[in-house]
Amino acid sequence: MKDDNKQKRVVDIKPAKNGGSSFYSDIVKEHFFHPKNFMEDESGYVADGQGMVGSPACGDVMRVWIKVDPQTKRIKDLKWKTFGCASAIAATSMMSVMVTEKGGMTLEGARALRPQDITERLHGLPIRKIHCSVLGDKALRSAINDYYRRNGETEKIEIESGRIIDKVLKITDHDIEEAVLDGAVSLEDVQRKTKVGTGDSSCIPEVEQLIRFYREKYFGAE
Amino acid sequence: MKRQINQKTKSMIHGQKALRGVARDTRRTSIYMDYAATTPVDQKVIETMMPFFNTHYGNPSSLHAPGQIASGVLMQARESIATHLNAHADEMIFCSGGTESDNLAIIGVINSSKAELYKKFGKNILPHVITSAIEHPAVLEPLLKLKYQGLIKLTQIKPSSNGIVSVKDIQDAITNQTVLITIMYANNEIGTIQPIAEIGKAILKYRKQNNTVYPYFHTDACQAAEYLDLNVEKLHVDLLTLNGGKIYGPKGIGLLFVRRGIKIEPQILGGGQERRLRSGTENVPGIIGLAKALDLSQNRRERESKRLIKLRDKLIEGLLKIEKSRLNGDRNARLPNNVNISFMDIEGEAAMLYLDAKGIYCSTGSACASTSLDPSHVILALGMSYEAAHGSLRFTLGRSTTMSDVNYVIKIMPEIVQRLRKISPISLDMTRF
Repeated sequence: MKDDNKQKRVVDIKPAKNGGSSFYSDIVKEHFFHPKNFMEDESGYVADGQGMVGSPACGDVMRVWIKVDPQTKRIKDLKWKTFGCASAIAATSMMSVMVTEKGGMTLEGARALRPQDITERLHGLPIRKIHCSVLGDKALRSAINDYYRRNGETEKIEIESGRIIDKVLKITDHDIEEAVLDGAVSLEDVQRKTKVGTGDSSCIPEVEQLIRFYREKYFGAE
Repeated sequence: MKRQINQKTKSMIHGQKALRGVARDTRRTSIYMDYAATTPVDQKVIETMMPFFNTHYGNPSSLHAPGQIASGVLMQARESIATHLNAHADEMIFCSGGTESDNLAIIGVINSSKAELYKKFGKNILPHVITSAIEHPAVLEPLLKLKYQGLIKLTQIKPSSNGIVSVKDIQDAITNQTVLITIMYANNEIGTIQPIAEIGKAILKYRKQNNTVYPYFHTDACQAAEYLDLNVEKLHVDLLTLNGGKIYGPKGIGLLFVRRGIKIEPQILGGGQERRLRSGTENVPGIIGLAKALDLSQNRRERESKRLIKLRDKLIEGLLKIEKSRLNGDRNARLPNNVNISFMDIEGEAAMLYLDAKGIYCSTGSACASTSLDPSHVILALGMSYEAAHGSLRFTLGRSTTMSDVNYVIKIMPEIVQRLRKISPISLDMTRF
């Protein structure tokens, strides 16, 4: 019998060497402290399209400018401005990198970008911060539509897939459906994922109805 | 402590790559300005507590010698605190912290008032409670839950735009069914000091005129204890909440002062400790730590208040020089250590983290820093916009704060605000605020 078997289960409780600063990943911090591609000076910038979502009252506003190569329909440049917390700023910054890297995404490719793709590249966000990152791609799609509008390609304008429920945040019934599929059961859950209704509370009754509808649709009557 | 925090900032900015721009030169600084969140434990407090962990570790309920030693020091702790409150030792009910103390006061009073209320008005009556819109969640949450369960009627008094509730508003809200009025002594977010003594007098007058024992008056004095007078006779309070973690004492220990004759129902049942009002073996080291911390705080409070008011005013003055900034809460009727300022067009959590990277530790009323989606209910209750609440920063000073710390914050803040405004797409019209 060796005594050192007894030593195995000793667990030290002591402060983390890195000071416990693990709330955000290193990549989030990098993009937050050193944001890429943000709009330094609007006055000299000629954009081919621009879009904006959010309101200061709900804590997040994102504005996006894009330049598009008319031949390849690739996004050559993307600039942004964000009012919001660390996750919001980091998510918009990362989105700008993803859209413009490797010669730039095509407009169609950029339109398919989802918040989950951005979060993944950021090595995740704390759960209660996910909702801060979901607006950047909406601002981008809004800018893409603006580009088509300016170029007379109105047939290519795509309204947010689904019907817009929250006009301020441009949240659609599809977003609510996704949230319910993702496990949300109450208005609070859906708000935690989408912030729906924080800028325009008049849509809340409809949101609640949709939550009931999708819960019944996917999980059966209660 | 300083050395540890230095290490934190160092690693937080993850290596050389980040040592550019705003996140530069962070390694030498560590300025804690979040004393309203919690304080370090005073060395003298630690020394006083130490023997009661493993030398005098008896259970105060035991009749043998070690138990009686513990029981004896417990009595001394009660008497020491009672002296500072100008109260009796048997009016001290120890519990696990400020939150439990608030809950015990609120639920305990409401439940024990029912018999009297039913006798007077019949069984269909609901106890009425008056509170303010800017209370700590430890007060608001239990009250709101009881309200939504249909168990009480609740009146929430809105403060004026400077964050102070009016005595008259409270007086006017009292009905013959009001059993409890609970108003915090000083606000934890904006530091405003409420007119507790005047409210207390008005309540006494009401009781006398109407020949009734209700309403009782409770105040949460957790933030006030370091700086203000806790004399319960002058304050005319029936119940008062204190805790250790805000006054350089240990966390996990709290106190509810319950005036003799005040009826409350216990919430935790068991061995009948604390006059049967709060069962559970007493946290002897914690209680002794709380007593020592309060003694140190109360003995130095006038001197320390004077010192901090100078620093506070300097910080307010310096930060308000930044364009589009606004002080939250009254300029003068606020705690000596509290500075709460909204910077428009930027979001508080972002600003707080940039300050963190500079070795300055503060807090924010932004929704993004909380678990809810709503920004500070306190700043909203002042009639300020959501935008102002999202952009609010709270700096709370303490015993280690020096003028050079204040000057450093004043120096650093403008560049952080400027940088965040540069990437912000909004520019609000100040006349709206």
